[in-house]
Amino acid sequence: MRPFALDHAASTAEALQFLDDGATAIAGGTNLVDLMKLQIATPERLVSLRRSGLGDIAQDGEGLRIGALVTNADCAADMQVRENWPLLAKAILAGASPQLRNRATTGGNLCQRTRCGYFYDTSQACNKRDPGSGCAAREGFNRIHAVLGTSDACIATYPGDMAVAMLALEAVVLTQGPSGEREIPIAQFHLPPGDDPARDNVLEAGELITAVRLPAPTGGVQIYRKVRDRASYAFALVSVAVDLTMNEGRIARCALAFGSLGTVPWRDPAVEQVLIGEAPSSALFAKAAEVLLKDAQGFGANDFKIPLAARALAATLNDATRTGKA
Amino acid sequence: MVSSTAMAVVNGVANPLPADPRRTLLEWLREDLGLTGTKKGCDHGQCGACTVLVEGRRINSCLSLAQLHDGDEIETIEAIGTPDKLAPLQRAFVTHDGFQCGYCTPGQICSAKALMQELADGWASAQTEDLTARPSPTPEELRERMSGNICRCGAYSNIIAALEEVIAADADHQGTVA
Repeated sequence: MRPFALDHAASTAEALQFLDDGATAIAGGTNLVDLMKLQIATPERLVSLRRSGLGDIAQDGEGLRIGALVTNADCAADMQVRENWPLLAKAILAGASPQLRNRATTGGNLCQRTRCGYFYDTSQACNKRDPGSGCAAREGFNRIHAVLGTSDACIATYPGDMAVAMLALEAVVLTQGPSGEREIPIAQFHLPPGDDPARDNVLEAGELITAVRLPAPTGGVQIYRKVRDRASYAFALVSVAVDLTMNEGRIARCALAFGSLGTVPWRDPAVEQVLIGEAPSSALFAKAAEVLLKDAQGFGANDFKIPLAARALAATLNDATRTGKA
Repeated sequence: MVSSTAMAVVNGVANPLPADPRRTLLEWLREDLGLTGTKKGCDHGQCGACTVLVEGRRINSCLSLAQLHDGDEIETIEAIGTPDKLAPLQRAFVTHDGFQCGYCTPGQICSAKALMQELADGWASAQTEDLTARPSPTPEELRERMSGNICRCGAYSNIIAALEEVIAADADHQGTVA
């Protein structure tokens, strides 16, 4: 690691001051310390948020407010989350390992880098790590890469699970920063690479995630299906988060989000419009997949993700509409 | 800056945290405190060899900066058992051949100890069908819950057998026998 200074904020206000002075926030550090070891991230100053007072889960009207410093393990273990927003608990538990979930936090997880092997390999071209250097993945080993939302500059897929569930649950990211407080719908939080893949999200300099707010529970059937190379502790090849309500044999309400398919957690309202009001059938699910994947572009080794996503979507919808179980 | 009074309690003994903020918890335990039972495997949070208990929770010590542990209580393999007085988990690993080279074993034992507490606390896993029910320690559950610990010798089935024995002996799942 490169040398750096480490300060400890005793409050949110103090953390914001350090951030305003150019420090980088550290919570659990499971992603940041890893990147610092490889000198991909080289902050000169860190500020620890551990004592910054953001570690609580609290009711928020009919919704829930999850502090930015709540660990992934505590969030998934919270009985309100398990009972009323099970999709979030399932997605968190599908990700990483127990050891990592004990350190990783809600805010830190949202800020984990969108990344691929070439981002980690400092001998390779990567526009995200080294803007303007090119993208070695396009012509390289790109089996795990995105098929939606890519650009000439970057084809890395957003690898997380938690944010995919939050996207289907229509969570809101609460921040504080130099220009005050913001409430950012999670659908607008992550940024597709465009011509600036170095930037993963809309946070401005000095801005801090303070909490994530979940809206009132929908009472729908909630399933997180994660398709991956091994049964546990692996990134998804494709994941599907669904929150769906049936009424008299038809899909009355449906929210769908996809992980490891796009460059950001992916949600497409047009897919949901295909489904809402209809009776479930294989033909209907195939039509939804067609809408989802109409602009999908593979890069060779990841071409398989396109039919895989269609099948994962159909299987998830089948479970959600027929058995109500994953 | 680290405060000159920043301390962490390791296996019951208070120790001042290192002055260099780059020191990971793993390096501090091994290099500064001489507690070499905790192993450095991948050093990137992928293998679990560095697993220790912080405030009773298992974490990858390789990915945690030591200075972030001011006031924490840390337990390493050195406090779980000794060669003369093995903990039940350690005895079960020996009985069931839960290792070959042994390099991953301290992390496996620390992880398994925390796993038993998580079961006692009713935590769900990706294998738990009903998120709100008390989880049962099926082999599928145990494999999922141990997936953060890699064993390159491939002793997995014996590790699960060792865990099953200790958990069966702790039938109330109170997490007290490990």
